[in-house]
Amino acid sequence: MTPSRTAFAAILAKDLRAELRTLQSLPAMALFAVTTFVIFRFGLDRTSLSGSLAAGVLWATLLFAALLGVNRLFVAEREEGGFDAIRLAPIDRSALFAAKATALFAYLVVLELFVVPVFALFFLDSAAALGPLLAVLLLADLGLAATGTLISSMAVHSRARDLLGPLVLLPLVVPLMIAATGASEPLLAVGGPGYDRFGTWLAVLSLYDLVFLLVGYAVFDFLLED
Amino acid sequence: MYGKGLRPLSIATVVAMAAAFSLVFFYAPLDADQGFIQKIFYLHVPLAIVALVGFVIGGVFAIVHLRSGERRWDAYSYVSIHMSVIFGVAVLVTGSIWAKASWGHWWVWDEPTLVSFLIVFLMYATYYPFRYAIEDPERQARYASVFAITAGAFVPLNFMAVRMAQSLVHPRTFATANGGLPGSMMLTFLVCLAAIALLWLMLVKFELTAKSTSGQIKRLRRALDAPAPGAGSRIAPEVS
Repeated sequence: MTPSRTAFAAILAKDLRAELRTLQSLPAMALFAVTTFVIFRFGLDRTSLSGSLAAGVLWATLLFAALLGVNRLFVAEREEGGFDAIRLAPIDRSALFAAKATALFAYLVVLELFVVPVFALFFLDSAAALGPLLAVLLLADLGLAATGTLISSMAVHSRARDLLGPLVLLPLVVPLMIAATGASEPLLAVGGPGYDRFGTWLAVLSLYDLVFLLVGYAVFDFLLED
Repeated sequence: MYGKGLRPLSIATVVAMAAAFSLVFFYAPLDADQGFIQKIFYLHVPLAIVALVGFVIGGVFAIVHLRSGERRWDAYSYVSIHMSVIFGVAVLVTGSIWAKASWGHWWVWDEPTLVSFLIVFLMYATYYPFRYAIEDPERQARYASVFAITAGAFVPLNFMAVRMAQSLVHPRTFATANGGLPGSMMLTFLVCLAAIALLWLMLVKFELTAKSTSGQIKRLRRALDAPAPGAGSRIAPEVS
């Protein structure tokens, strides 16, 4: 049996290489996010944002952009027979979950490296909040990667996979979004970043990540059986 | 075989419901603050508790299904969640009525329990499109179980996050079940809770019986080699 770590590294490298060569997900996600900012600019009729409005626009946009990536995450496995190959291979199935979640996490980080500065450029008066925002972004990405991978791996086997992923994932990430916006709101407030209940929200985010990484790890075996 | 005990259970439910409603209307005192409208709580709170417990039970059945691989546990899980979703509609409706009478609006966002319940309800409402979009029955059962487990882990997290998102500590208008209720109200509440729990149990048993009967009929038809009219009902995992 191939060690899990080798399998994990191989699948992750395959995914990242495929994304680099085809550029199927990331450019679409980034373009989607930037266009959404423009729509919010006119929808809200505001040229600068702060506080809860800024947090809401940022997280709604990032969440919907992430859904695009989640939808495409397992399409190649399904269409090119990757699932069968993984099933045949003498590896621990959880390696696939870990590799896919890591790949999704990487996509989200790269997406935010581009999109969050654009958001600051468009709407924020100062970039002072971006430093502490990094912690919120990373923790929320981890949670999105865990739930997104789990739901995407199931949705891809269904008749209505493009519909089903977002449909199930949206209510599932409501607590994550509550915590992420709760932490970001004081950070983006007028007059410099505030840290009202910042630690509490980070703790909630970490708890969410932990719970769904464990759930994903525990149930993923059953999703690959056939 | 699921029909066994259905009659006594139904009678017990009717008796308990009758007792509960007579207690609510003739025995429990009027609330000094809220007046008559407070009585909807004898329906609203037990429904909510039973629905949430039903979701948890569905998750536990799902775990048993994944561990044992027996299909009937998936059917139990499905029926539990199905009944709890229906109870959930009743919870939201009664909660809305109470909000209208108490605060003058059909919906209030600063009652964290109600908001949490809405999110949980929305989560479980996706169980149906999710389940029936997967064609292979074996895989459908497995994925539905994974969904039930994931959603089960989501429920407490969601209640915590919504409760914490309240910027002000909203004074709890009602102490729920454990605190500050006078004895007569407490008794009424407990009888109501038992009656609603019996109702849930009875409906679950009815649905399981109906499913197993229609499964049997289908199998008998197949044995007789006659094409079944309206065969292949999609709306159910079958029970053997």
